[in-house]
Amino acid sequence: MITVIDYGMGNLRSVSKALEFLGAKVKVSSSVSEVEKADKLVFPGVGAFSDCMDEVNKRNLQEPIKDFIKSGKPFLGICMGLQLLFESSEEAPGVEGLKILKGKVEKFKMPNLKIPQIGWNQIELTAKGKANRLFNGIDNEEFFYFVHSYYAVPENEDIVIAKTNYGLDFCSAINSNNIFATQFHPEKSQKKGLKVLENFITLTTG
Amino acid sequence: MLAKRIIPCLDVKDGRVVKGVKFLNLKDAGDPVEAAKKYEEAQADELVFLDITASHEERKIILDIVKKVAACVFIPFTVGGGIKTVDDIRELLSAGCDKISLNSQAILNPELIKKSSSRFGSQCIVVAIDAKKEDDVWQVYINGGRVRTKKEAIAWARKAESLGAGELLLTSMDFDGTNKGYDIELTKKVSAAVNIPVIASGGAGKPEDIFEVFNIAHADAALCASIFHYDKYTVKDVKKYLKKRGVIVRL
Repeated sequence: MITVIDYGMGNLRSVSKALEFLGAKVKVSSSVSEVEKADKLVFPGVGAFSDCMDEVNKRNLQEPIKDFIKSGKPFLGICMGLQLLFESSEEAPGVEGLKILKGKVEKFKMPNLKIPQIGWNQIELTAKGKANRLFNGIDNEEFFYFVHSYYAVPENEDIVIAKTNYGLDFCSAINSNNIFATQFHPEKSQKKGLKVLENFITLTTG
Repeated sequence: MLAKRIIPCLDVKDGRVVKGVKFLNLKDAGDPVEAAKKYEEAQADELVFLDITASHEERKIILDIVKKVAACVFIPFTVGGGIKTVDDIRELLSAGCDKISLNSQAILNPELIKKSSSRFGSQCIVVAIDAKKEDDVWQVYINGGRVRTKKEAIAWARKAESLGAGELLLTSMDFDGTNKGYDIELTKKVSAAVNIPVIASGGAGKPEDIFEVFNIAHADAALCASIFHYDKYTVKDVKKYLKKRGVIVRL
């Protein structure tokens, strides 16, 4: 069973629909016990960093998410679900993220760039990314759908499995042990996006 | 690099896709769910559904269409038409659409842009502007082009951005359905006036028109209807043409 965490933010339906379309058993839930019981956890999200953290905290989900990650079972963060893994964001000074990974979230600041970045952009797979199970069957420079104004800057470069250029090269996907996360929306990236989700569904622990 | 987007637009009335000329003389153009699948397969980057009558009955039809499309199409899609409240938006988003487009209500109640973008995020609030050139200024029209407002398009575009719109969908009423190309002048001015993406709409008749709206008017995306509905060109044909001329597209 894959649990998609519902914390009142973001378009959960599109994530669960895509997973169901691929044949996965999916539960959309905000209950602590569904997070604990899950074989795999998906953490989606759009909206503002502080609102998302508020909603996570309101539902007492912070500890269950951290415990799940400690258990070693596969975890997938999408968009805001990637950013919240880090310590802080320029979007909400003073608000703590989940602090599961070291690093911060910054805003696109280049002049002449439209913000948010909306649309299809290419991912450049890093050496680690080319061998990563999440990107099985995904070519270098494949297009995925992005919608965001902020991007994560991990302290540990080794966890970056893909980069994307929008005024600068930013981190568009990460993997650290059982934690996978994408800044792009695989659920909205047609066949290649579904392939990424399928890769996640078929991951085995270890 | 970020690709320029090609977005087929499906005007929906009584559960069917329709297309008119300058907002009039509507003709049937097929089943919306079938059209959505066809366009996704042809590499459309997004889809837009506009509920062009938006009566109470139509609202239920559009929710049903949104659910069906969400179950089988995995590219972003936007729904617009008759959206009045934050609850209307919530209902559409939970039926499975990704963005909603506000037009008349954004003018009548600009607070709605602010409220909905802070509740659901700017990324899902598109403000649609229907503009018509009158004495050298572009006047904003609402109610499907039936009612003239006192707003001027470029100033309104800036205002919509400041209220929290994540994107603008800019339609030239003078060029809509004419197949003679986009309103380059209008699109260029609006695109330069704001710092959010602009989707150009109204007038695409051939691939060159789309090239021009990207290259000369600096639109971020091109909305097309009749050019695709009657299979004059496929989305793929247009993208191949654009790629050849050096435009970054997803193929």
